[in-house]
Amino acid sequence: MSDDHHLDGNAAAGPLATIFAVDVTAAECQCAHCGTVDRFARTHLYMMSPGVVARCAVCEQVLLRLVSAGQRVLLDARGLTYLSIDASQFQESGR
Amino acid sequence: MWWVGTVVALRDETATARTIALEVQDWPGHLAGQHVDVRLTAPDGYSAVRSYSIAAAPNSERRVEITVERLPDGEVSPYLTQRVGVGDRLELRGPLGGWFVWRPEQNEPIQLVAGGSGIVPLMAMIRSRRSTDGASPFRLLYSVREPGAAYYRGELDAPPGEVSPLTVTYAFTRAAPKGWAGRLGRIDAALVARATWPSKLGPTCYVCGPTSFVESAAGLLVAAGNHPERLRTERFGPTGERQ
Repeated sequence: MSDDHHLDGNAAAGPLATIFAVDVTAAECQCAHCGTVDRFARTHLYMMSPGVVARCAVCEQVLLRLVSAGQRVLLDARGLTYLSIDASQFQESGR
Repeated sequence: MWWVGTVVALRDETATARTIALEVQDWPGHLAGQHVDVRLTAPDGYSAVRSYSIAAAPNSERRVEITVERLPDGEVSPYLTQRVGVGDRLELRGPLGGWFVWRPEQNEPIQLVAGGSGIVPLMAMIRSRRSTDGASPFRLLYSVREPGAAYYRGELDAPPGEVSPLTVTYAFTRAAPKGWAGRLGRIDAALVARATWPSKLGPTCYVCGPTSFVESAAGLLVAAGNHPERLRTERFGPTGERQ
């Protein structure tokens, strides 16, 4: 699925803000398939209504899917081993 | 978190692009390079959301400016560029994105590369750099179809003789201004070698534009010796409405 139509993980900041209290796009994440560690902002993002799919920039496996359907939002993050988030943001957001 | 912004000013940048300045009560402030999502809702409840980069430098006036390119088949951009008036209200989500940002405490050389409306978040960085008197020198390589398609022309072109922390190089792909000495065409390796910071200076490079433009420009920057780690990219989609 390596085509020319992907965006960057940056572009998922809005949809992700519906469920996360702090910015996740600047977080480091690890791909559960190939082990690559990089910023979420560097993932390959496919925005296809009604959701977004983030794929590893190295192996193109799915890292995360976020789908809105009616009154529900579904998050599938099985392709991510972890997210490492800069904690200084918590103070800015009062958490 | 959705905010309501009130349109306080409109400014045409080109024949097809308009800047919309909004004042947002309780706006928490933003960083140069961040974007907002704009939501339009029709009377029947149908809503459309599009992302737009913030063009304004961080400021204390709760002011958010976006520049919108009108796309003939767009669902949102014709409304934003032709119908919205001063006093109208728009729903915004943001500020969004913590990665494609420039902070005034950065003091390394900064290389900006823009394709078309990809200039918008980079303009916020340039304005932020100017308003904070930072130390880092900026270079901008800006690719546009023709002179009339360039945004922010008056602001980017420093008066002759003035020492500016910003050096601007244009690449015109279809038509150049009269007397233009350069070659017509897309950004290539020779132009990257001539107009961007030498990679040995370790610049941070911000590249924004349509997907194919970003692929090409990022590839040229890496081929010129820049480490991929030093590159930050922001692509926008084939539908053109900045998504």
